[in-house]
Amino acid sequence: MLNKYPLWKNLLVIFVVLVAALYALPNIYGEDPAVQISANRNATIDTSTMDRVKSSLENVGIQPKSIALEEEQLLVRLNSDDEQLEARKAIMESLGDNYIVALNLAPATPEWLKSVGAQPMKLGLDLRGGVHFLMEIDMDEAVRKIVDGMKDTIRAELREERIRYSAVRVNDTTVEIELRNEEAYAEAAEYLDGRYQGYTLLEDDENQLLQLQMSEQKLAETRDYAVSQNITIMRNRVNELGVAEPVIQRQGSKRIVVELPGVQDTARAKEILGATATLEFRMVDSENDVRDAQNGRVPFGSELMPMRDGPDQLLKEEVIVTGDHIVNASVGYDEYNRPQVNITLDGAGGNKMSLATKDNVGKAMATVFIEYKATDERDAEGNLQFTKNAEVINVATIQSRLPSSFRITGVGAQEAKSLTLLLRAGALIAPIQIVEERTVGPSLGQQNIDAGTQAIFWGFVLVLAFMLLYYKKFGLVANCALAANLVLIIGVMSMIPGATLTLPGMAGIVLTVGMAVDANVLIFERIREEIKAKRSPQQAIHHGYDSALSTIADANVTTLIAALILFAIGNGPIKGFAITLAIGIITSMFTAIVGTRAIVNSVWGGKKLSKLSI
Amino acid sequence: MQEIIKTDERLPFMRFRGIMGLISALLVVASIVSLSVNKLNFGLDFTGGTLLEVGFKGAADLSRVRGALNESGFSDAVVQNYGSQEDILIRLEPREGVKAEQLGTTILESLRTEFDQTVEMRRIEFVGPNVGDEFIEQGGLAMLTALICILLYIAMRFEWRLAVGAVAALAHDVILTLGLFSILQLEFDLTVLAALLAVIGYSINDTVVVCDRIRETFRKFVKLTPVQTVNRALTDTLSRTLITSITTILVLLTLFFLGGPLIHGFATALLFGVVIGTYSSIYIASSVALKFGVSREDLMPPEVEKEGADQDPLP
Repeated sequence: MLNKYPLWKNLLVIFVVLVAALYALPNIYGEDPAVQISANRNATIDTSTMDRVKSSLENVGIQPKSIALEEEQLLVRLNSDDEQLEARKAIMESLGDNYIVALNLAPATPEWLKSVGAQPMKLGLDLRGGVHFLMEIDMDEAVRKIVDGMKDTIRAELREERIRYSAVRVNDTTVEIELRNEEAYAEAAEYLDGRYQGYTLLEDDENQLLQLQMSEQKLAETRDYAVSQNITIMRNRVNELGVAEPVIQRQGSKRIVVELPGVQDTARAKEILGATATLEFRMVDSENDVRDAQNGRVPFGSELMPMRDGPDQLLKEEVIVTGDHIVNASVGYDEYNRPQVNITLDGAGGNKMSLATKDNVGKAMATVFIEYKATDERDAEGNLQFTKNAEVINVATIQSRLPSSFRITGVGAQEAKSLTLLLRAGALIAPIQIVEERTVGPSLGQQNIDAGTQAIFWGFVLVLAFMLLYYKKFGLVANCALAANLVLIIGVMSMIPGATLTLPGMAGIVLTVGMAVDANVLIFERIREEIKAKRSPQQAIHHGYDSALSTIADANVTTLIAALILFAIGNGPIKGFAITLAIGIITSMFTAIVGTRAIVNSVWGGKKLSKLSI
Repeated sequence: MQEIIKTDERLPFMRFRGIMGLISALLVVASIVSLSVNKLNFGLDFTGGTLLEVGFKGAADLSRVRGALNESGFSDAVVQNYGSQEDILIRLEPREGVKAEQLGTTILESLRTEFDQTVEMRRIEFVGPNVGDEFIEQGGLAMLTALICILLYIAMRFEWRLAVGAVAALAHDVILTLGLFSILQLEFDLTVLAALLAVIGYSINDTVVVCDRIRETFRKFVKLTPVQTVNRALTDTLSRTLITSITTILVLLTLFFLGGPLIHGFATALLFGVVIGTYSSIYIASSVALKFGVSREDLMPPEVEKEGADQDPLP
């Protein structure tokens, strides 16, 4: 029979719209101001932490809405924004340094919705308020530092081998070695050939010149390392800022995006992100007793220092090598698959290490990590005050005289990983600078949300009214489709994990509302034409839908091309717009073609009609 | 409601294609001249620099703000109201030798000192000069890629003469919208660029509908001349073209008036673009295709078997 949908098609439409509605639902529940607590290093979060948090809140007279332990995080929901800062302060004071206490807006999604994985849409920084930084790594500088280190290494090693050179210099990514005579040239060529991984030796015997050229692969590795190292460091520091749901992401080959929702004090954020950490290798003082030192009798030339997860250590004051000589630190495995930490020093650092360890085989060496932590105090000029925080992160016995590349063994897999992270954080850092910043205050964020919602609402109402007036009952059908479309867009946006709603994204939804009716306009105009061509109403509906189909598909595919290109090439605001536009195009095709047809068929299909309300 | 257009008579659109073509050509030339003389008033996204939006409790005292900025060494800052009496926008050109990312906070501090902490930070944006250049490059690339992809798709789905017509219409819309921004010296930022690409999307949507109908009319009405065919196709699609434009313009007006100052440029570009896009899909696309001599033979389906598709399927 003409214009009858099989049952499964009707069910499909209902099912799709219902699922979308279910996932769109969390958006109307809003958010609670909350404080989110997670463990920093070795601290754990359990019910006792919860009790401490509870009592600390009671002390300042705050009645939390709820406290929940989920995924090793403690989420304290509060009743008002005013309590948020106060609660955070109280919790921080009671828990101390080992916990990260962050402000957050926790979605107030009810349990039953959460259990099916429904979540509200993620809001972009322009709607939520917060800071967006784009940081760029000075790659030339990063590479130059490595090549410079190589130059020092070669100099030292040639001297050690008693090979006479007249000059060792850096030329871009190449180290050039000029030798004194043919004999030295031959010796050097033999010595250097294949000695350094990632470098190719170019020989020029006429000028007695050797060139060690950094291979493309090594160059790529160096750049990659510079980025990942900086990302690691940023992660550590962002943790210190106490931000819920920060984004730290690589963008392109040399940039890092840092997004900190809810952060208002950008000055503080910048200073903390820019704070430095260093590292020192020192000998352990084994001649004196630690207990004496703990009782206040610290021997001259030594220093008592706390150790992370262990007893205090007595260290020599003299520093063997500082962290800025570390050029690489990575987790590796030995032949028995036991984890170890591989450390590579630059030339100068390697020399110092080698000298210092020569006479100390069998003794213990400590790695000290020094951080400058921001306090909340400022000096008279308004600069943030930092306190120096030094602790021993590893003690290892020296097995032999250490060259520029050595390893720390006897560590657990987890320890190796965290040690590597710390080594990297305190190592030679590729210079980085902020090349783009966008900060949105909370009031503007809320204002943007209001403006966007208003525009969507009134745009929607106007289009509904127009369609109803112009197409009467069929207009009503199109309006149902439009409403379903809006639900679908919001549902899909909430379902896709990476999708973020921004102000331009809201503009995209408004535009989609205006353009989505196009498919229905095309169909309805066709139906009118068919009626004018004296077809029966049923035939008119059938042909109207059929002949409009390819036009709608063509028109939407081209718009979709534009949206996808926007998404692929654009960034920031453009991407937000492209996402909603693309989703809107796809969902509107479904609602306008299949959705309206389902309604039209159930209302008018298969009946004897003399005229249509169109 | 009555139909907007009585479609019983074929409107002689193509009779005016000469004069319309002339007007369009003039507008395009004017836009290009303005673009090369006045250039575009690029926003912060493209020029780089620092921008601050701050809110005051009452009406902002612009001269006092300027005074405070002068004192702290920002005499080149541009200060203006933004959106309302209470809000102001401060812009700074990129400067050499200063830690640019610190500028925003420094300015905010000096304003807070002057106005006893009543200044509310609403927005700080800083874009490094290199990043700005990249945005221009990316934007241009996006625009070109979009045009080429659409050209290819239409050439594949339709026929090259119609594709050229469609892309000519697109280029026309983009150039005129850019021209508007150049002549009125409206600020051109990333959201306007997004709007421009949306204009491309909208305009192509419109043009495809028209082209589709031209092709169909060519196939259906064998006896009509190309000009008559185009006239008939345009008349048949006219009410659809206008209705879709009306609904789109309705929502864009709400966006323009309710969407807030950040969306203003975006809404302006789209409003203008949609009006121009509607006009160009009626006049530009079809007259360019006619100029290139589009004819019935070009648009016949390649396979003979498909002839039956036009007939009613059995109920």
